[in-house]
Amino acid sequence: MARESGLKARAAALAPEPMTVLKQSVLPLVAAFVIPLIFHFGIGPSVGAYPSKVLLDIGINVVLAVSLNLVNGFTGQFSIGHAGFMAVGGYTAGLVTYYGGYRIWGDSLPHGGFLGAGEMLFLVATIAAALSAAAFGYLVGLPSLRLRGDYLALVTLGFGEIVRVMIQQTSDIATDATEIAATSWPSLLWKVGGALGFTGLPFYTSLFWVWLWVSLTVLVASRLKTSTHGRAFLSIREDEIAAEAMGIPTTTIKVRAFVMSAAFAGVAGSLFAHEVGTTLNPGELGFQKSFEVVIMVVLGGMGSVSGCVLAAIVVTVLPELLRSVDEYRMVAYALTLILMMILRPQGLFGLREIWEIWPFKALFRSEAK
Amino acid sequence: MSTMLEISGLHVSYGAIQALHGVDLKVEEGQIVTLIGSNGAGKSTTLRAVSGLLKPVSGTITFHGQRIDGMKAHDIVRLGISQAPEGRGVFANMTVAENLDLGAYVRDDKAGIASDMERSLDLFPRLRERLQQKAGTLSGGEQQMLAIGRALLARPKLLLLDEPSLGLAPQVVATIFQILRDINKSGTTILLVEQNAHMALEVAHRGYVLEVGRVVLSDDAKVLAQSDEVRKHYLGVG
Repeated sequence: MARESGLKARAAALAPEPMTVLKQSVLPLVAAFVIPLIFHFGIGPSVGAYPSKVLLDIGINVVLAVSLNLVNGFTGQFSIGHAGFMAVGGYTAGLVTYYGGYRIWGDSLPHGGFLGAGEMLFLVATIAAALSAAAFGYLVGLPSLRLRGDYLALVTLGFGEIVRVMIQQTSDIATDATEIAATSWPSLLWKVGGALGFTGLPFYTSLFWVWLWVSLTVLVASRLKTSTHGRAFLSIREDEIAAEAMGIPTTTIKVRAFVMSAAFAGVAGSLFAHEVGTTLNPGELGFQKSFEVVIMVVLGGMGSVSGCVLAAIVVTVLPELLRSVDEYRMVAYALTLILMMILRPQGLFGLREIWEIWPFKALFRSEAK
Repeated sequence: MSTMLEISGLHVSYGAIQALHGVDLKVEEGQIVTLIGSNGAGKSTTLRAVSGLLKPVSGTITFHGQRIDGMKAHDIVRLGISQAPEGRGVFANMTVAENLDLGAYVRDDKAGIASDMERSLDLFPRLRERLQQKAGTLSGGEQQMLAIGRALLARPKLLLLDEPSLGLAPQVVATIFQILRDINKSGTTILLVEQNAHMALEVAHRGYVLEVGRVVLSDDAKVLAQSDEVRKHYLGVG
């Protein structure tokens, strides 16, 4: 009995303080809503249109890189079909806001202001994008995650290409309100513009929405990394047989990582589809886009959330900065990547996070225990 | 004393190559049972079939009367069989504490895990000193200790050990085997695969000798250690 009560006392002593709960659970969520507001109303208007557009691109790439990191970094699988999931999400969201908009308002223009009815439709569309991409992630993941290494890479590459080719075969977009009203949803599914792209989508993507999803993605990924669940992800990358021997259902966990990763890629697709200055077309979302995301993850460090964020920023900003030496820009970009791989093959941070690295350690010390 | 694990007529193949040709084996509750034999005799294969990492071609494995052959490895862990895999299999980029934590993956009784964590650290004080160190930076002996300590965190009824002495200094081996005795005394049954027949037969209650996929000898460990066969082939005497 004494031992029993001793254990209870111990469990009670291990239970977190209310202040710690507040600090660890509530504060990050508050921050996830405050940061986008700062971007939207503070940084955006003060830096002007072009830097704002770059900030949108950065945000979308951060969502892509951090989500791919769940599969390639945490779980150690190698997927190169991320753009495929992005496309699934983008087109799903486009269908909702375009044809949904026509059904509701008779046109596909943005409606309502900040957080108005139109943006709510956009939120619904983005969630639908996440769900449909996740469903595809499950379908692709279930059979293919029994494969390893190169084989898995080939299957994911193939998936991305199948999605791209399928979209190319779709027919023209319907633009007539009465025609759209008369057409059933299943037949509208196929009217997404084919190779020319799904044009005419309302521009709902703003700094608020992009950075809201960035905050949520980063929050989920970094929370996952330090949880027991996340450690199960990482253990598969470290030693799959030992993980299995620990009682970790490795196939289930791999599928879970794939589904989560695909869902966030779908979100990124929705944000991309509704951004000013981009067109949602199959060419944009081919394997080149997939490779770009892989590069971000490899550069940042497989398994490092903050590393992926930083790499997404660098990979987005670098080509923009090099615009002045336009003809050498892609060469310089490629050289940077090659040098990086020679000098630091594990990526900027390796598996570590920014607060675990020397000059920054002191800054974060007070936060960590 | 009741039978905890019973293997009968176990055949396992790697593709076209047959590794086990009908192994029969019994582990009584509370004992240390050792499987000895030379390289390629099928010791590790037998262990991996028990833990579910390999699927047998034919034969049965029962644990407390329940068939476990063909079950998934992660479900077998939940039944109370956990393994310290060959070559230690520690998660090199994780800290010692995180490794131990993953050992308890199948459990969710926080207080029980905390007390088992203490127990593992009491058994292996070296690990306590290195809790926040990455497992990959530990010495071979410490990694083996971590692998065993981690397997214990699943609170197994049966602990499977695959060559815990592999590549370790004699002194470290002696320490680890003493600890295995302690673990067994506190109620955990152990199935131990070893090439170091001398050490294995010293701690074990019962021994099985495997040769090219068959059990050729089985007896009380003390008797085996005295038999001419074993002395000649596996202990290097006579």
